[in-house]
Amino acid sequence: MAKVHFTENLQRHLACPPQEVEGGTLRAVLNQAFSASEKLRGYILDEQGRLRQHIVVFIDGEACQDRVELSDAVPEDSQVHVMQALSGG
Amino acid sequence: MKQRLFVGTRKGLFTYENHGSQDLPRWVLAHKDFLSVPISAVLHDRRDGSLYAALDHGHFGNKLHASRDGGVSWTEIAVPAYPKGEEDADTDDKDRAPALKAIWSLEAGGADEEGLLWCGTLPGGLFRSSDKGTSWELVESLWNSKSRPKWFGGGADVPAIHSICVHPENAKKIVLGVSCGGVQVSEDGGESWRVSSTGMLAEYMPPDRADDEDVQDPHLIVQCRSRPEHFWCQHHNGIWRSRDGARTWERIEKAGPSTFGFAVAVHPLDPDTAWFVPAIKDEARYPVDGQVVVTRTRDGGGSFDVLREGLPQDEAYDLTFRHALDIDESGKQLAFGSTTGNLWITADQGDAWVNLSHHLPPVYVVRFA
Repeated sequence: MAKVHFTENLQRHLACPPQEVEGGTLRAVLNQAFSASEKLRGYILDEQGRLRQHIVVFIDGEACQDRVELSDAVPEDSQVHVMQALSGG
Repeated sequence: MKQRLFVGTRKGLFTYENHGSQDLPRWVLAHKDFLSVPISAVLHDRRDGSLYAALDHGHFGNKLHASRDGGVSWTEIAVPAYPKGEEDADTDDKDRAPALKAIWSLEAGGADEEGLLWCGTLPGGLFRSSDKGTSWELVESLWNSKSRPKWFGGGADVPAIHSICVHPENAKKIVLGVSCGGVQVSEDGGESWRVSSTGMLAEYMPPDRADDEDVQDPHLIVQCRSRPEHFWCQHHNGIWRSRDGARTWERIEKAGPSTFGFAVAVHPLDPDTAWFVPAIKDEARYPVDGQVVVTRTRDGGGSFDVLREGLPQDEAYDLTFRHALDIDESGKQLAFGSTTGNLWITADQGDAWVNLSHHLPPVYVVRFA
């Protein structure tokens, strides 16, 4: 199972504990993570399904490349970190 | 309920309450909400008392919160969302499809339109809710209008709807201010729109396009509640007024130290009385001579008082944003905030001002309720 972690700075707006999900594309992984809280989706993705401009996702320490389709591969046992990009302040 | 003053800032929503009277007000800071989060719009819906606040989380996007108990508790509600793939039907380029950048205006529908709300956004979409913000829909008639492709950003990368004036007696008549998309008018509740900036001039355009109605930059448009055919506009290139329901606009050539600014308020009962907070024009944007003043006309723009009492007159660099000036229902009290975190209030239409705080975060929006 891959594990998805959300930045602590998001925790004060809504609950988003780490979640264990099946590997796949980044979109499939995030969709599983959002299934427990659909509201969480809107904090990470815009209404077109893209990563928000100042959100960055690391897959085993590497920033994801496809911010539009979210097609980056997330192997099983990966650690996925959803972080605030400092470009956003 | 006590009279309230909502102050939306770079770092949260501050609510003041009047513990005195209309004539002898005593304003006290009563609540702090959403500390650290920028507040881009606030609405008090007089029809049912609901409060709405637009939050700009930056990294996490824009959210809307509502309070149905006078601000004691807040709940996140739906946020306007642009339709999937709206602008990329031909290219299938998801990277170009529009998304909500900011919520910049919130207004209630008519007294006979229970639950109807309007929301103006960046990048230029107007949204409508018929259920108190439980759901929103893009107003396609404006989004698909012939005018919109000519719009562009003013102080932002994309166009923005900052003013929504709903006629108090006929809510089908709606007047919008768009930076930079001029004045947009609907007579049928948003079913159709026409640009209506006749008389305005844009000095940031080549001379032969200065009067192009679709690219004007009204900074804010306000409507007189009791004489709703009267509007005032603080425009990027000066002050204009309309006496014919926003059909045509007359330029006011002189208004104290400067006709540049962002904010404007009109007296709810007297369409000839209006207030502005001037600044050196666009290349500078701070008070003329470092002196904060409010300008007031009582004769429809023929002459202006320059109001200084209680305001800093030495080395002051406060700028007042477009939504950071408001007037109460009585027309006696006004309040305005600044980028420097000052908040001033007057109980005598601006003859004298009292400072409520020198140390707020930069003030974005001020609203009486």
